[in-house]
Amino acid sequence: MALFEAVNVTKKYGDQLALDKVSISVPEQSIYGLLGPNGAGKTTLIRIINQITGPDSGELYLNGKKLMPEDVQVIGYLPEERGLYKKMKVGEQALYFAQLKGLSKAEAMKRLKYWFNKLEITEWWGKKIEELSKGMAQKVQFVTTVLHEPKLLIFDEPFTGFDPLNTNIIKKEILYLRERGATIIFSTHNMESVEELCDNITLIDKAKTLLEGSVHDIRSQWAANEYDLVFDGDVKIEGNGDYNILNQQKEGNKSIIRLKTISSIKTNDILQTVLKSGNLISFNPALPSMNEIFIRVIENRN
Amino acid sequence: MNKISVIIKREYVTRVRKKSFIIMTILAPLLMASIIILPTMIMMNQDGEYKKIAVIEDNSDLFKGVIRNTKDAEFVYLENVKVEDLQKTFESAGYYGILYISPELINVPNAVQLISKQQPPIGLLQYIENSLKKEIERQKLLAYKIENLDEIMKNIETSVSVQTKKIDETGAVKGTSTGIAMALAYLFGFMMYMLVFIFGAQVMRGVIEEKTSRVVEVIISSVKPIQLMMGKIIGIALVGLTQFFIWIFLTIGIATVVKTTVLPKNNLTELTQSVPQNMMSADNQAAVAAQSANVSPQLAEFSKMFDSAMNQPWGLIIFCFIFYFITGYLLYASVFAAIGSAVDNETETQQFMLPVTIPIIIALMVAIGTMQNPESSLSFWCSMIPLTSPIVMMARIPFDVPYWQIAVSMALMIVTFLAFVWMAAKVYRTGILMYGKKTSWKEMWKWLRYSG
Repeated sequence: MALFEAVNVTKKYGDQLALDKVSISVPEQSIYGLLGPNGAGKTTLIRIINQITGPDSGELYLNGKKLMPEDVQVIGYLPEERGLYKKMKVGEQALYFAQLKGLSKAEAMKRLKYWFNKLEITEWWGKKIEELSKGMAQKVQFVTTVLHEPKLLIFDEPFTGFDPLNTNIIKKEILYLRERGATIIFSTHNMESVEELCDNITLIDKAKTLLEGSVHDIRSQWAANEYDLVFDGDVKIEGNGDYNILNQQKEGNKSIIRLKTISSIKTNDILQTVLKSGNLISFNPALPSMNEIFIRVIENRN
Repeated sequence: MNKISVIIKREYVTRVRKKSFIIMTILAPLLMASIIILPTMIMMNQDGEYKKIAVIEDNSDLFKGVIRNTKDAEFVYLENVKVEDLQKTFESAGYYGILYISPELINVPNAVQLISKQQPPIGLLQYIENSLKKEIERQKLLAYKIENLDEIMKNIETSVSVQTKKIDETGAVKGTSTGIAMALAYLFGFMMYMLVFIFGAQVMRGVIEEKTSRVVEVIISSVKPIQLMMGKIIGIALVGLTQFFIWIFLTIGIATVVKTTVLPKNNLTELTQSVPQNMMSADNQAAVAAQSANVSPQLAEFSKMFDSAMNQPWGLIIFCFIFYFITGYLLYASVFAAIGSAVDNETETQQFMLPVTIPIIIALMVAIGTMQNPESSLSFWCSMIPLTSPIVMMARIPFDVPYWQIAVSMALMIVTFLAFVWMAAKVYRTGILMYGKKTSWKEMWKWLRYSG
């Protein structure tokens, strides 16, 4: 069942269309990726979900019911540009935001201790935000976002500013949050993280939805009859009337070859022809990376 | 409602804990007190320094013995001494300075010099000028050959000091000092101006800070924009009131200390207070005069001013101050908040600041005018118009404003500030989420009419 749904959401800023009948459906306990180039309308959609601004038309549902102002209590939002008071101390600030989300001071304290320990940032408690690096501040903001254990978490570009180590930590935490029952929507340019984390995605460009569905389905759809073959030793294959060779390369004592079928040849028949060339180790349909799909979709459109 | 209090608390606590706040809160009353007390102290301490002044006249003795010795200056008339000679040695001879008079003085006003190593005190100069002036006038009169001139002169010699008395509804007479009322008018008008401006600008900076650091997005995803705006405005108002009350207590404290230590304890207060009540009785007047003769005149004057300050209707003044501070501040602070929300950084605020600053500057100028003429119609109208009334009315209050005027002014103020807060909230709500666009008044007007 969908925890969150947006149906035909349209938003205009003046004459400019920011969202044009965009719909998303986020299953419960899943991770949903919002993709799109800069200025596509992702942040606008996120702001609408957070009820920072209202849509011109379209409906929003949480748990099957219309989204209400009180629902902000069960939503956690990590904005793209980190929003923390520079002159305020980390601990006080985290407490402040927790209280704004409706937690009591004592409860907020307890949970903050847990999270600060978990992310190993306890020693920053008395520091001011301006003394922290960008990545450090981001960790603090991450904590303030998840602290009230919201059912729906919205992360706008959660990985920018993190080093690979911290990116991994945050990825792990996101997966852990899902495991504990949270539903997560996040926008990103980091396609690698999409493949790793997302169950479903929507690709928006110029206010319109271009692509929607589960990551697995989309990648299979875009596979476009390409296969990766790996052989032992130095092996070369020639293209024929049924397939072209896109790429051949040696890696150590293996040869990796990508071929693309151009007729309606069955994979069994391909195998029979190539098996003669050498010792085949693996044969896989080549799933295009989300990165390739992203670029191709946007370029096709233009 | 609960969330608003969380916001108010943060705004208040972060500001009150700042070092700059603590320093300002403690230093300002000390500064104020020293501005009031220091001149008095200097005035009183002047008596201590005794000065001997050599008087030299150029080839005549027109002014011999004209300048009488006072209790802190002695004038020694030297004959057959050249200025050029004495100039080099007067200090070692124990003189403070040389007063060199040329006989042309009768016709040429500046033909007299006081030569000294230090800047001579104003009081001494005035004394010399007065003495010489009187003598010249006397000599000019003498030239008319009027009979019994000396007697006539003695008869017409008078001295006038206007005593201001105010009669209230019960017929009781109070001694007042216009000087004190003016000083208070100025003080209140100016304090109001400072407070509205300082704390209004703080609201604006706070809004800009939240907008540029994008904190506002996080907060708006938890509370309504109006809650954030009002929380900020109220929190900063409480900071202002805290400062104001600390200032009052410190000032009263300092005033009490001054009264008990600096002023002699021989019941000066009772003395000056008894004067008006016994005005009609000649006997008492003489008695009082005899008594006052024992006190140095400056001290008596100081004590009189002090009591006049204490006689002001402090209850009304403090009530009005708090009322006008809160409403005036809310009015301007909400405008400042709206401006802060409409811009991306502080430099962009300037085009919006001017129209906001103008009424405040006008108010301050009218308030200064009010001190000269408290009953003028300009003062009256400016104390009614809500944009200027907080400052102008505060300047008028030490001069006794009819209660109905205060009531009308306050009612207008309440209506206006509510309207301003309402409009500002609408602009604010749209403005805080707008980035990268240069905002104009026209644009803000559009936001004002947005419905959703």
